[in-house]
Amino acid sequence: MPAKSKRKRRKGAAQPPVSPALRESASFPRAVIAEIQRAAASGIYDIRGFGAKRRVPCFDDLLFLGASMSRYPLEGYREKCDTAVTLGTRFASKPLELRIPITIAGMSFGALSGPAKEALGRGATLAGTSTTTGDGGMTPEEREHSALLVYQLLPSRYGMNPDDLRRADAIEVVVGQGAKPGGGGMLLGHKISDRVAAMRNLPKGIDQRSACRHPDWTGPDDLKIKIEELREITNWEKPVFIKIGAARSYYDTALAVKAGADVIVLDGMQGGTAATQDVFIEHVGIPTLPALRQAVEALRELDMHRKVQLVVSGGIRSGADVAKALAMGADAVSIGVGALIALGDNAPDFDAEYRALGSAAGFYDDWHEGRDPVGISTQDDALAARFDPIAGGRRLANYLNVLTLETQTLARACGKSRVHNLEPEDLVALTVEAAAMAKVPLAGTDWIPGQGSL
Amino acid sequence: MTHRFDLAEQGVRELNRALHAANGTARADAWHIVNPRGLHNVAVGLDCALDVTVEGHVGYYCAGMNQRARVTVLGNAGPGCAENMMSGLVRVKGSASQYAGATAHGGLLVIEGDASARCGISMKGVDIVVRGSIGHMSAFMAQSGRLVVCGDAGEALGDSIYEARLYVRGAVASLGADCIEKPMKDKHREELAQLLADAGIDDVDPDDFRRYGSARQLYNFKVDNADAY
Repeated sequence: MPAKSKRKRRKGAAQPPVSPALRESASFPRAVIAEIQRAAASGIYDIRGFGAKRRVPCFDDLLFLGASMSRYPLEGYREKCDTAVTLGTRFASKPLELRIPITIAGMSFGALSGPAKEALGRGATLAGTSTTTGDGGMTPEEREHSALLVYQLLPSRYGMNPDDLRRADAIEVVVGQGAKPGGGGMLLGHKISDRVAAMRNLPKGIDQRSACRHPDWTGPDDLKIKIEELREITNWEKPVFIKIGAARSYYDTALAVKAGADVIVLDGMQGGTAATQDVFIEHVGIPTLPALRQAVEALRELDMHRKVQLVVSGGIRSGADVAKALAMGADAVSIGVGALIALGDNAPDFDAEYRALGSAAGFYDDWHEGRDPVGISTQDDALAARFDPIAGGRRLANYLNVLTLETQTLARACGKSRVHNLEPEDLVALTVEAAAMAKVPLAGTDWIPGQGSL
Repeated sequence: MTHRFDLAEQGVRELNRALHAANGTARADAWHIVNPRGLHNVAVGLDCALDVTVEGHVGYYCAGMNQRARVTVLGNAGPGCAENMMSGLVRVKGSASQYAGATAHGGLLVIEGDASARCGISMKGVDIVVRGSIGHMSAFMAQSGRLVVCGDAGEALGDSIYEARLYVRGAVASLGADCIEKPMKDKHREELAQLLADAGIDDVDPDDFRRYGSARQLYNFKVDNADAY
């Protein structure tokens, strides 16, 4: 990838102040102009990491009503508020038992450094939850540091093997990802180190573009047989998840149930990626909020809500997001970008180094370039060595604990002794859009757009 | 020791459980499986040098993810036969449906009839020998290993191929993106002769084959290749 264009200004030449009469175009603001200039100079689309940056209706647009005259709240710190959840109760003989309803999303060794993957395992294990492998397979270090590890079956099948399948605690068939529903993985040449190349059985240094479709099934009917094969190989012990990017979520959820999923992982468009075309990240898929509501509707109609567990991801940042997702009917959430930030991604301490890369702390998204100064999204040994997996794991555990405490705070405020007892009735929407998408009433009204009158 | 298992009497779950009981051991028992009737997932996840013979046709993913076992199908195999095989030998006496040997990392897959589309898709080190012909988009994104076809190959052979080597005796309908014909050198004739011998094929001359592989022009994105995608 060409480096982002950096115009050098001649030092010393005094610049006249920008006239307040200058008017920036709404259609062609400076960021749009810069992208056209970048495209014209390089001839290739912009590839980046992170998730969608545009503003979309989200959990911020919902509020909890809390308890008052007609409901009574629970005492914070004194009265128990259970957070445990079991994933995979439908068919698996060994379901995944989590202490908290927050899991770590799939992120590959390759996209992330070895120490960063280790830190994810350490942090999740401290907090009592699971991590997930990613494109490229399972590393022994990852298995060692993650008490509960979900092994992804991706279209590329890089590193896929029956020994790791048997070593896994759950299997996740990845159909799609919120950042790019319909897109395959991407790992550019500078991150294909010797070890990554060997794990993926590819030449070193190539631009690796994973397939977007699975090689040995094409639709829900043969996915059902594929899942049976995975169950047969592992003697029906492991929960089988199906991960889908948020698109036609009502139908996709119903088809995932039909295909035999124990757990459905639904990733909204705000969900992160290590490397995808910007145009794909910003323009394909729907936000987490409406996707979650559609998925829960499908599960309820099939009488499968809480029987097939629903894990939702894409833009989960706080305990408020977790609590709202659970209230709308999710069984758990999954975090990726938030976990990386907890590890140290975009830390202000590294601002000068981010600026040297043409970015700045708080903006860095060139995860595909492998030059991460923090040592997370890199395969450069010297950069990776900067990252302390023990301290990183502690930070992630802290963050997971905060998310859990915040979730409990909100649940107790609504009078729930279990976070999963939160329900849509506890929610109102701040905007008409969010009310329509979440199908909860606009605050102060009983109006849900599309259902009845004001 | 020889075992007989009747799939008309017990199901695939019981069969695989019985076969898995030997996983990780040094046993080399023979198993005769009768009445497969096109059932899916027959003899998947084996990890032991068993000698399994399936007396009839099988459905999807027969011998999937095989390790060390020899599995012989006395009939046709449905989609995904020997998918993701790691080692061992899978032999189909009849023809195989789509994605035979998909993503397989090792071992040898022999198909004595024809193989359908996407044979050897994303192959990662397996050797595949097809006595007959193969369908379109075979060896798509094939990473490594060898694919030998004694008959013809369908359209878009080896599209986006990496380092796998393809040997075809008959006509190739068309080559996929970045797949080219390459010269047959002595070392290639030698490895081809060995593969044919391993597959038990002795009436075909290695000199009659052509070799195909990657032009390696799409390994790193170049703007000027945009129309190849």
